[in-house]
Amino acid sequence: MQAKTALLAILCCSSSVAFAADPSEAKTEKEMKPYTQKITNTDVSFDMVPIPGGEFVMGSPADEKNREEDEGPQVKVKIEPFWMGKHEVTWNEYDIWSFNLDIQRRKLMRLKSDDKEKAADAVTRPTKPYTDMTFDMGHDGYPAICMTQLAAKTYCKWLSEKTGHYYRLPTEAEWEYACRAGTTTAYSFGDNPAKMDDYAWHYANCNDTYQKVGQKKPNPFGLYDMHGNVSEWVLDQYIPDAYKKWSGKGTVEFPVSPTTPEKLYPRVVRGGSWDDDPEALRSANRIASSADWKIQDPQIPQSIWYHTDAIFVGFRVVRPLKVPTAEERKKYNLDPVIPADEGR
Amino acid sequence: MTQSNNQSSSRRDFLKVTTATAVGTSILSTLGSSAHVYANGDDKIKVGLVGCGGRGTGAASQALSTKGNIKLEAMADAYRDRMDKSLSNLQKQFSGEPEKVDVAEEKKFVGFDAYQKLLDSGVDVVILATPPGFRPIHFEAAVEKGKHVFMEKPVATDVPGVRKVLEAAEKAKEKKLAVGVGLQRHHQANYIETINRLKDGAIGDITSMRCYWNSGGVWEPRLAREEAKSEMDYQMRNWYYYNWLCGDHINEQHIHNIDVCNWVKDAFPVQAYGMGGRQVRTDKKYGEIYDHFAVEFVYEDGTRLYSQCRHIRNCWNSVTEHAQGTKGFCDISGAKYETTGGYKWRYRGKKTNPYQVEHDDLFAAIRQGTPYNEAEYGAKSTMTSILGRLATYSGKPVTWDEAMASNVSLMPKEFSWEGQPVTVPDENGYYPIPMPGITKVL
Repeated sequence: MQAKTALLAILCCSSSVAFAADPSEAKTEKEMKPYTQKITNTDVSFDMVPIPGGEFVMGSPADEKNREEDEGPQVKVKIEPFWMGKHEVTWNEYDIWSFNLDIQRRKLMRLKSDDKEKAADAVTRPTKPYTDMTFDMGHDGYPAICMTQLAAKTYCKWLSEKTGHYYRLPTEAEWEYACRAGTTTAYSFGDNPAKMDDYAWHYANCNDTYQKVGQKKPNPFGLYDMHGNVSEWVLDQYIPDAYKKWSGKGTVEFPVSPTTPEKLYPRVVRGGSWDDDPEALRSANRIASSADWKIQDPQIPQSIWYHTDAIFVGFRVVRPLKVPTAEERKKYNLDPVIPADEGR
Repeated sequence: MTQSNNQSSSRRDFLKVTTATAVGTSILSTLGSSAHVYANGDDKIKVGLVGCGGRGTGAASQALSTKGNIKLEAMADAYRDRMDKSLSNLQKQFSGEPEKVDVAEEKKFVGFDAYQKLLDSGVDVVILATPPGFRPIHFEAAVEKGKHVFMEKPVATDVPGVRKVLEAAEKAKEKKLAVGVGLQRHHQANYIETINRLKDGAIGDITSMRCYWNSGGVWEPRLAREEAKSEMDYQMRNWYYYNWLCGDHINEQHIHNIDVCNWVKDAFPVQAYGMGGRQVRTDKKYGEIYDHFAVEFVYEDGTRLYSQCRHIRNCWNSVTEHAQGTKGFCDISGAKYETTGGYKWRYRGKKTNPYQVEHDDLFAAIRQGTPYNEAEYGAKSTMTSILGRLATYSGKPVTWDEAMASNVSLMPKEFSWEGQPVTVPDENGYYPIPMPGITKVL
């Protein structure tokens, strides 16, 4: 009886909030506000920050210190508005999907499943990791690591079903736009790596391990750990001269280098990690994945879910204001494609 | 600037394969071998794979990646579908050198006796990578036939199996056969360097050790009861959950960490105390194995090793080894130590792929005809894990010597699809679960 009343109260409450502009239900860029996304049947939530649409110059100028050739030529890019995770996805969030903790907890509480949970449960979950994927560096509040790009994409798909909001990985262009947050310097805090310790965990200050998310200063958009802590997966295949193809065509809309399951390497991570020196943490720096990231996976075929040696790689999610159509999702390979022989 | 530069932007560079490190080369001598010597590397080594799962396929791939002329010529598995999948994966892997994976139809063997046919098919080296319960039988037969062997850990699931491996190991030495065991940490540069330093007294005398394999567990049962042709088929496909095949997870996985501690001590425990059970993985589909163990091992000099292994999700995870010494503390798996005097050391050398190096070392020894035998410590570390399981299942202290005298066998009497495993389910599909205080293990 009491439970029923409480449930009614929650229902009334949530509908009235929606009526009074639930920030997660924004329909226009103007309405976009920060919001907290709860994951039902868990005590886990994460924060999303609105990123206004706009134009920016992607890549680094030829005179930037430590610049690499794949960062140019610079390209003018138009970005549609989206929300982005304030923090890197933590183990607390990621393990719900990996180990279906939401369902286990709901069963313990003797609750019934809802349609969203059913839809989410239809999304593939990863096989169990062969070994401990935190590598004893910490779990609660620490960024999830070692997942493949496919795993990160599949997590986003699960999260979308679970929450009813469309989440995905950022494109490389969206990531850089969000990282720069209107700046044109090497880092979102300027060109001087001496200020790095205020903003980032990197090789010299991290004590040989990743760190809990959100302990350093945010960038101008309010995003934490964009530089350092863990490098972050984006949607793109790594193509060294991708910018060359996009340059000279005016302002490019939604540039992305789609991936295919057949070509696993290299793909792109951004932002540098605790295991990198400051130059790898620059806003424009691009890092390509390689087969060596799985060097200690002793099985053939190797796991499609785990990079046993990429203990410096994580990700964060974005949510575009305008949900892509089925055609757009197909055109840009936004959905994860799990190889046919998975499930062995 | 280049792609390769980007790919190695992390400071922890991964070198694919380096030349063999200290292990192997240090024990090489110039003794000849009664087995064939492949000194120049231009003689072809013919490899046979017994057990075509993911690990067996990986081991074959690493064997084929060693230096010199080599090919996979024969395969054996209880199941045809596993073998076909394995072969197609290897063909994909070596699509640039198809001559390395050349398995004729008449050299594909299926069934419980497939290994015997493979041993008679003219191969030089066999990789034994079936579920571990079969290892003693396969190893004994391989040595009998004069084959060099790479066998995966653990090398047995019960005491009679361990004894069989130890006996065959002696025979292999007499026959000058090379034997590698998949305890790959022995070929991993950071472990070698760290343990050499411990043995040189970096943190004084070792007074205690602890080690863990705490993780979320392994694959879910693959075959449903109603899909199984027989009880034997059901247990074979879901082999991790049955003791005769797997030896429980303390044996199948945690052996790695226990073995490292034995290596540090250069000794094997004389006694064990343990506790454990099934807390979470209680469904009948999870067979008969436990999901957690905590074992205290005692070495002859009184040093204790505290060991834990757990297969439960969303708990504290760790797969590590640590040593406490009179003059400091060492995180062995982290390859670092700190002395009471405040000196800190951390391994900063190159990372190598130990799964590749263990094959490089083994095949180098085979080609040079140099003595190479990891079977004894492989068997004794397997025995250490089994000792921990026996102490846990019984709830009582068990000594190494009394355990080694045990004739309790977990193996079926008949190896066929109709044969009965030792433990079978009740009418509801539940298996008898070892019960501390009641179960007799010796």
